[in-house]
Amino acid sequence: MKIKHETSERHVLTVLVDNESGILAKIAGLFTSRGYNIDSLTVADITDNHAVSRITIVTRGPPAQIDQIEAQLERLVPVHKVVDLTALGPHLERELALIKVAGTGEKRVEALRLADVFRARVVDSTTSSFVFELTGVPDKIDSFIGLMRELGLVEVGRTGIVGMMRGAEAA
Amino acid sequence: MSEERSGAEILVEGLVKQGVEFVFGYPGGAVLPIYDSLFGDERIRHILVRHEAGAAHAAEGYARSTGKPGVVLVTSGPGATNAMTGVADAFLDSIPLVVITGQVATNLIGSDAFQEADTVGISRHCTKHNYLVKDPAELAATIDEAFQIATTGRPGPVLIDIPKDVQVASATLHDGAPQRRNRYTPRTEGSADEIAQAIELIANAKAPVFYTGGGVVNSGPRATELLRELQAKTGAPLTTTLMGLGSFPADHPDWLGMLGMHGTYEANLAMNQADLIVCIGARFDDRVTGRLDAFAPNSTKIHIDIDRSSINKVVPVDLPIVGDCATVLAQLLEAWGKRKPADLSAWKARIDEWRTRDSLAFPKSDIEIMPQLAVQRLYELTKDRNPIISTEVGQHQMWAAQHYQFFEPNRWLTSGGLGTMGYGMPAAIGAQLGNPDDLVIDIAGDASIQMNIQEMGTATQYRLPIKVFILNNRWMGMVRQWQELTYESRYSQSYSDSLPDFVKLAEAYGWKGLRLENVSQLDDGIRAMIDHPGPVIVDCCVSDEANCFPMIPSGASHVEMILYGDTVAGTMDDEAKALV
Ligand SMILES: Cc1ncc(C[n+]2csc(CCOP(=O)(O)OP(=O)(O)O)c2C)c(N)n1
Repeated sequence: MKIKHETSERHVLTVLVDNESGILAKIAGLFTSRGYNIDSLTVADITDNHAVSRITIVTRGPPAQIDQIEAQLERLVPVHKVVDLTALGPHLERELALIKVAGTGEKRVEALRLADVFRARVVDSTTSSFVFELTGVPDKIDSFIGLMRELGLVEVGRTGIVGMMRGAEAA
Repeated sequence: MSEERSGAEILVEGLVKQGVEFVFGYPGGAVLPIYDSLFGDERIRHILVRHEAGAAHAAEGYARSTGKPGVVLVTSGPGATNAMTGVADAFLDSIPLVVITGQVATNLIGSDAFQEADTVGISRHCTKHNYLVKDPAELAATIDEAFQIATTGRPGPVLIDIPKDVQVASATLHDGAPQRRNRYTPRTEGSADEIAQAIELIANAKAPVFYTGGGVVNSGPRATELLRELQAKTGAPLTTTLMGLGSFPADHPDWLGMLGMHGTYEANLAMNQADLIVCIGARFDDRVTGRLDAFAPNSTKIHIDIDRSSINKVVPVDLPIVGDCATVLAQLLEAWGKRKPADLSAWKARIDEWRTRDSLAFPKSDIEIMPQLAVQRLYELTKDRNPIISTEVGQHQMWAAQHYQFFEPNRWLTSGGLGTMGYGMPAAIGAQLGNPDDLVIDIAGDASIQMNIQEMGTATQYRLPIKVFILNNRWMGMVRQWQELTYESRYSQSYSDSLPDFVKLAEAYGWKGLRLENVSQLDDGIRAMIDHPGPVIVDCCVSDEANCFPMIPSGASHVEMILYGDTVAGTMDDEAKALV
């Protein structure tokens, strides 16, 4: 007998939660205990009194499972609202990356030139290195990192995705 | 008025305010301040169990039989981990519990202190919600919210972990009504449109079935009444899950019996052939559906459930209605109005044909006690007393579900979702405390009963006249049956060796013990059990290799049931073996 796998879709969810201790563990644990995938998860509190956090989760699964994920999240007491941006329509996805590149001479010049093309900012430099800050859709960051690999890539840090609906309304 | 009180005192006051009568618990280092606050307090009765799993199951039995939340109090570390089986059990069967666990002092958390366990972490996925309270000032509101969450929406266990220093430190206690927070507000009503669609579907169905579950019982007695009313108005045949037994009278002509793996032929065939399935407070569990791709293939499905995550979880449905069973049933009745039931005579004639298979029949014996007969006689001789029946897990549980007849909700206590051996006796203890004048019987197996046998002492201490009726087949019968049907009778580790002498054991605990060895002793034995004013163990020695049929084998569909007399291959392919 072989284990079967189903085809899956990528969805971006945003979740508003009470900012209480253990909530991240509850959400991350829900995904592991029920066998759901997390491609990326970002979280930060978004209100003045630090009472509410907004989480963006990128997940992958068959459509029925995505629906279950939403329902299971809603079942958690500290969860106020779950929005499936992918299902809802046109939305933004942004990620921030810090990318350290070391090198001298031609490679260094080329790295700087490419950074300009990608609109990456130099946030730290030494005579032999740069740290670039780049925001954008994950694909753009992937391509930039791919190019830097040939030019002395040392280290990469990425935030994971933050998502939001386009247009005037809150989701 | 407000005054400074210790965390432990605030906890006790909070419980009193919630109307708690009983706390099922076991003391230890990390809850000593709470136990000291309970000392001499006559407003709450503490029931000292013999193992913390017993506390949780007793609280479940109390909750299920009374409709009120059960309260558990245990110490940190091993106290909390021992209780966890019962917490997980309550989670899967949607039983309202509030579980208080002691924790090491806040400054010791994370240091692997003596009797420290990450109780909040361990219980995270088997509670509806849990808390670690780090400040006594938060205790009162936390307790109030815990009871609100445990008892509203889909009920379930809520755990409050209280470090020892928080029990000792003081805070201001305000007296006044319980505080409510508004963040938990489950949807309880269907929309007008959903109700109208449901009525259309029901009114036009040629072959409808109501498939109802524990949600109807959990919703309260009114849901049961409304269900019966709606059934009478529509005339639809009705089946319930294991957890739903009692919400429909077992002698009703439209009662199909229980459905699922050990359900009746007529219930499962009706599900398979129905053109409309109205699922009310049930969740398409794998024990109910059998092979999913062959489940009720030609039916439209309506699903009424308070928990939106139950909908479309395993079976896609056509019309979901998120709401409380009683509320939605009332909406449906109102919308049905004065309509007449549709003509279902052709459908009922087909069902009657299936009934003639007599799927609960079993081989007779003049000498040996057949376990099914024992349950039937137990029913006949106790029905006047309208007893509460609990069970352990195994064949005896299924025989009890098949052959005992239920007419009211909250009289049937069984571990359905988790299938926890050792549930039945502590559950009976909790039920007896909540229903002191009722006859409470645990129908048990010889293996299961040993999993919480120590609770006999609890029944003795509190003079609880519970009856434990063991269908003793000297096997872990259900395991043996699966091995017979799936593994060519290779009985790996399923024999009950070195069983205690249950009669002597009863006597050792101050109970009465009876042994029944053949059919001629059965009725008198059962009468002697009922007549004895104290707790009784009946060691009912039954046929040792009886199988529980009908049965939908693993990986099979509703139409592939095994009935008594069928020949069975005794093997199974890997796909089927891998299924639950
Ligand atoms: C705690 C726990 N461990 C193991 C099982 C698996 N199991 C299910 S039924 C069963 C045998 C039960 O035997 P017994 O109590 O004698 O009942 P019988 O089936 O013979 O009626 C076992 C081991 C379980 N359900 N619960």
